[in-house]
Amino acid sequence: MKHIIGVLVENKFGVLAHISGLFSARGFNIQSLAVGETEDPSMSRMTIVVEGDDRILEQVKKQLNKLIDVIKVLDLTKSKYLARELALIKVAVTSKTKQNVIQVVDSVKGKILHASDQLVVIEISDEKDTINSLIELLKPFGIKEISRTGKIALGLD
Amino acid sequence: MKSGAQILIESLKKENVEIMFGYPGGQVLPIFDELYDSPIKFILTRHEQGAAHAADGYARATGKPGVCLATSGPGATNLVTGIANAFMDSVPMIAITGQVKTFLIGNDAFQEADITGITRPITKHNYLVKNVDDLARVIKEAFYIATTGRPGPVLIDVPSDVQMAKTKFSYPEKVDIRGYNPVYEGHINQIKKAAHLISESKKPVIYAGGGVVISGAYKELAELAQKNNIPVTTTLLGLGVFDSMSPLSLGMLGMHGTAYANHSVMESDLIIAIGARFDDRVTGKLDEFAKHAKIIHIDIDPSSVSKNVKVDVPIVGDAKLILTQLNKYVEKPDTKKWLENVEEWKKKHPLLYKNDNKLRPQYVIEEIYNATKGEAIICTEVGQNQMWAAQWYKYSKPRTFISSGGLGTMGFGFPAAIGAQLGKPNKIVFDIAGDGSIQMNIQELATAVANKLPIKVAILNNCYLGMVRQWQELFYKKRYAHTFIGGEYCPNLVKVAESYGAEGISVTKKEEVRAAIKKALSINDKPVFIDFKIEKEENVFPMVPAGEAINKMIGGLA
Repeated sequence: MKHIIGVLVENKFGVLAHISGLFSARGFNIQSLAVGETEDPSMSRMTIVVEGDDRILEQVKKQLNKLIDVIKVLDLTKSKYLARELALIKVAVTSKTKQNVIQVVDSVKGKILHASDQLVVIEISDEKDTINSLIELLKPFGIKEISRTGKIALGLD
Repeated sequence: MKSGAQILIESLKKENVEIMFGYPGGQVLPIFDELYDSPIKFILTRHEQGAAHAADGYARATGKPGVCLATSGPGATNLVTGIANAFMDSVPMIAITGQVKTFLIGNDAFQEADITGITRPITKHNYLVKNVDDLARVIKEAFYIATTGRPGPVLIDVPSDVQMAKTKFSYPEKVDIRGYNPVYEGHINQIKKAAHLISESKKPVIYAGGGVVISGAYKELAELAQKNNIPVTTTLLGLGVFDSMSPLSLGMLGMHGTAYANHSVMESDLIIAIGARFDDRVTGKLDEFAKHAKIIHIDIDPSSVSKNVKVDVPIVGDAKLILTQLNKYVEKPDTKKWLENVEEWKKKHPLLYKNDNKLRPQYVIEEIYNATKGEAIICTEVGQNQMWAAQWYKYSKPRTFISSGGLGTMGFGFPAAIGAQLGKPNKIVFDIAGDGSIQMNIQELATAVANKLPIKVAILNNCYLGMVRQWQELFYKKRYAHTFIGGEYCPNLVKVAESYGAEGISVTKKEEVRAAIKKALSINDKPVFIDFKIEKEENVFPMVPAGEAINKMIGGLA
């Protein structure tokens, strides 16, 4: 089972290395990890998606809590939360296909960040499945490159 | 205004550091210059690994944090084994390393190593101090982190320009680390639940580990056991927390534990684990481990609870505080029949060896016990020597058995004995060694001689890397690949000792053992090597083969 874990950490160098090192050393499977500053610039929030049963998850949380630079660990999947991922997608277009691509992007409320007669760069922020289906829809036009973030999430309580 | 090096030494004094172990080098010269006329006693080892183990041994013998110091690059990486060793066994240690100047960091400068990166998974926490203004706070935090909660090593990496930079010194009174708040008091409802389980139990066993030593919970443990007639087994690191002469003592459990400890645990209906972590050497095959037992687990580290076995009543906190509470609530269970069972196992499967006229290692350990009346501090190396020392010396006091448990570091015992002897100058300190292990840090003879330390090193010399040879004998058809180190492959250890200015005694016959130990005990101004040429293919029994249930023991007479 997949779990989304929110981790508040000290905003210091070395903390990300410490946490990613912990996951590899203990054989925990990270699916994605995203990190950024919070409302308090001395803290960063990491959103980590891990795969594992309850026992593994329990260990993940305990091991994270053991790190001195970890301030708080939350299993967001245990209650209500909102999660988003971001993707940038570069699609090859011709003067003929450009409008079709723009329509597809509009249908999922994506954004056109850049458009020329050869290239369209799309931004989409949504749930993973929506992003995946947009990618499927765009494939026939010719996707040149994709850059995706890991999930970021916030609890609602 | 004080320099970083001055601040470092002043801060160590504020932390009541009396002694430190280390080795100089290019990037710690400012610190050594301050040590030149400092009241802190500095012990120069002959290898940085020796410094780390000595600091570790000092910490285990005294309960105070051990401090070691090394230069950047190779000095720092040589500490790594010692730091990992302290980490696995929860030993409070402060490792201070020099680093290249801040503007050179990342440039592959001479003797540069990313030691904070390297030691991240083997320290409780570590720091790279880039600004001298942070140094005093970092040291304060480091000592606090190393010595509280589940103790462990903390490394402080100090670039040499930070050692020279100047700032105003004020040592902080308090620490404030928002991500670190160890829990000491156990949850009262959990304690009551545990008390209820104990009161209801018919076949309880106490399984005590190193956490009892750290917490100092011996009296409370003894009360729990004696008042309620509950037998006690300990882990390797728990040896000494419960009087092994008590009729309730089962000795050590696990791979080379006593058969009666293992049978008791396997047949029990309640395991009361205190400051122990259900290590694979203790549990054997997990699916088979104590199937009918409920488990109470008292530990200060939440991540140790339910890591390997499912726990019925976890109690996170300090063992001493929790046991004090628990003792108030437990009603004495009826264990009469259970103790009869245990007694039968003791009679049926005692710890035994063939006590003939040959020179056997178990006999040597027994004679060391007799000669020291159980009052010595016993350090060990790792392997057969360690297991014989665990099985055949009878420990009755905490902090008298010092051994590398989790990491299993050969070469630990001798430098650890140096630390222990310096921390406990009035105690007799033995290092029980093998001919393999002693050669891993034999250079520390110079340290022991220079400091006139009367450490007795009992080398159980069987010409083999004995424990590996034992596995090769039992599981690899006696194909002794690269485990013979005797004959022309072994130096004359008596002469080695003598060449360093230590005493060397050779023992080849059983009847020479007592006199040799007596002579060693009479020497009080230098270390002694006693080279016991023991039976070459003696095995450590009983033994649970790797991956087996712990009641599936093999082995000779036991």
